[in-house]
Amino acid sequence: MSAALEFRDISVVAAGGRRLLDRVSLCIEEGSVTAIIGRSGSGKTTLLRTANRMIEPGSGEVLIAGSVERDVVALRRRMGYVIQETGLFPHFTIERNVGVILEAEGKSCAQRSDRVRDLLRLVGLDPESFAHRYPHQLSGGQRQRVGLARALAAEPKILLMDEPFGALDPLTRAEMQDMLLDLLTRVKTTVLLVTHDLDEALYLADRIVLLSEGKIIVNVPRDEFLRSDHPEIVSYAAAFHRGEARSPREGASA
Amino acid sequence: MSASFLSQYSAEIGTLTVEHLWLTGAAMLFAAALAIPAGVWLTRSPRWAKPVIGVTNVLQTIPSLAMFGFLLPLPWLGERAARIAIVALTAYALLPILRNTYAGIRGIDPTLIEVARAIGLTDRQRLFKIELPLAASFIFAGLRTATVTCIGIATIAAAVGAGGLGELIFRGVASVDNRLVLAGAIPAAFLALIADGALGLLERRFKVPAPESARS
Repeated sequence: MSAALEFRDISVVAAGGRRLLDRVSLCIEEGSVTAIIGRSGSGKTTLLRTANRMIEPGSGEVLIAGSVERDVVALRRRMGYVIQETGLFPHFTIERNVGVILEAEGKSCAQRSDRVRDLLRLVGLDPESFAHRYPHQLSGGQRQRVGLARALAAEPKILLMDEPFGALDPLTRAEMQDMLLDLLTRVKTTVLLVTHDLDEALYLADRIVLLSEGKIIVNVPRDEFLRSDHPEIVSYAAAFHRGEARSPREGASA
Repeated sequence: MSASFLSQYSAEIGTLTVEHLWLTGAAMLFAAALAIPAGVWLTRSPRWAKPVIGVTNVLQTIPSLAMFGFLLPLPWLGERAARIAIVALTAYALLPILRNTYAGIRGIDPTLIEVARAIGLTDRQRLFKIELPLAASFIFAGLRTATVTCIGIATIAAAVGAGGLGELIFRGVASVDNRLVLAGAIPAAFLALIADGALGLLERRFKVPAPESARS
């Protein structure tokens, strides 16, 4: 399989001199879901944001399907972008929010409307009841679905997701994860997912990349991740299963 | 105010009201055409914000009669009193429009600006589709303050012969005739109230619903 997205020797240094990414190289295969996990401040979001040049690396380059795209606007339109806060525009209806890039590309009203309705159905929202609402009239889960529909509007080859479900309650999050998996069987796109949640990474991703202090510590297929005895993986996994490991409280009923 | 007074002066009140509106309207158009783009530019070059807003602030502190006096001897401007009035009123209107445009755009949730860039909107599209509409309520609030202030200050333009409702007020003061003073002051007050109400409606019309992050 060819690389849809490749980071080559990417280094990013913050204004204070702290190295946020240190010569990171990573190949994301076409059609795969790659989860980047790591502690806060490990460089996950920085790496994701170098992909669409929201952050310009100090050195190294990012290749899309084997070549460097110089036109930033064209590059960003080829990549869907989903974030935890959704960033829906509060003065736009849901229809206009989803179709904003199509509007920016000069697509006709009829083309936009058809595509937006298809996308809303794809993310499980009834266009008749949602198209004319505003973001503040939706629940957190519904807003996140709209954010995902917007990201898919221009049929991007790559979908960048930064903690997309991090602000949702566990049940809604599980629903959204299932919806995303289902959607990915119908939409052929390569996903780069940043998450704190190991369960989410294991559930959604084909490959897991563990970052620490701006360096890639582990880059393995999902199945191998928990079998690894790498100390970082062991401590990360242990942090996620503390509830199971804890002994019952003294005096607690069985 | 008697009926005979009104019938004697109604035509003049009408003409002077139109003149007053013309002076204020022209000044507001010039001020908006200068201050809104300048406010947008300051959001792109924030290091200039303090000095530029400071200069407009100083303009605002010049007493209006003195401002008309300063402009009177200037070539071209001094030839016509209406020109002096429009330039002076424009100077007074700059600060509220400039400050509100700048603050309105700077106050937009940074996540929205970031998303607008990240999804591939050009700088121009970001400005016209996202920033200006989201700041519109603020900008209208600035226009409202500026308009109401200018309608009041425009009455003083009569001192340099620019016309407007101030002419009746000055004549009334000179002849100690309160009816003439009121014939100028009442329509000016009504103009200010109408402008305040209409621009207030626009301000509310463009108010953006509470941001999603503020809700559960």
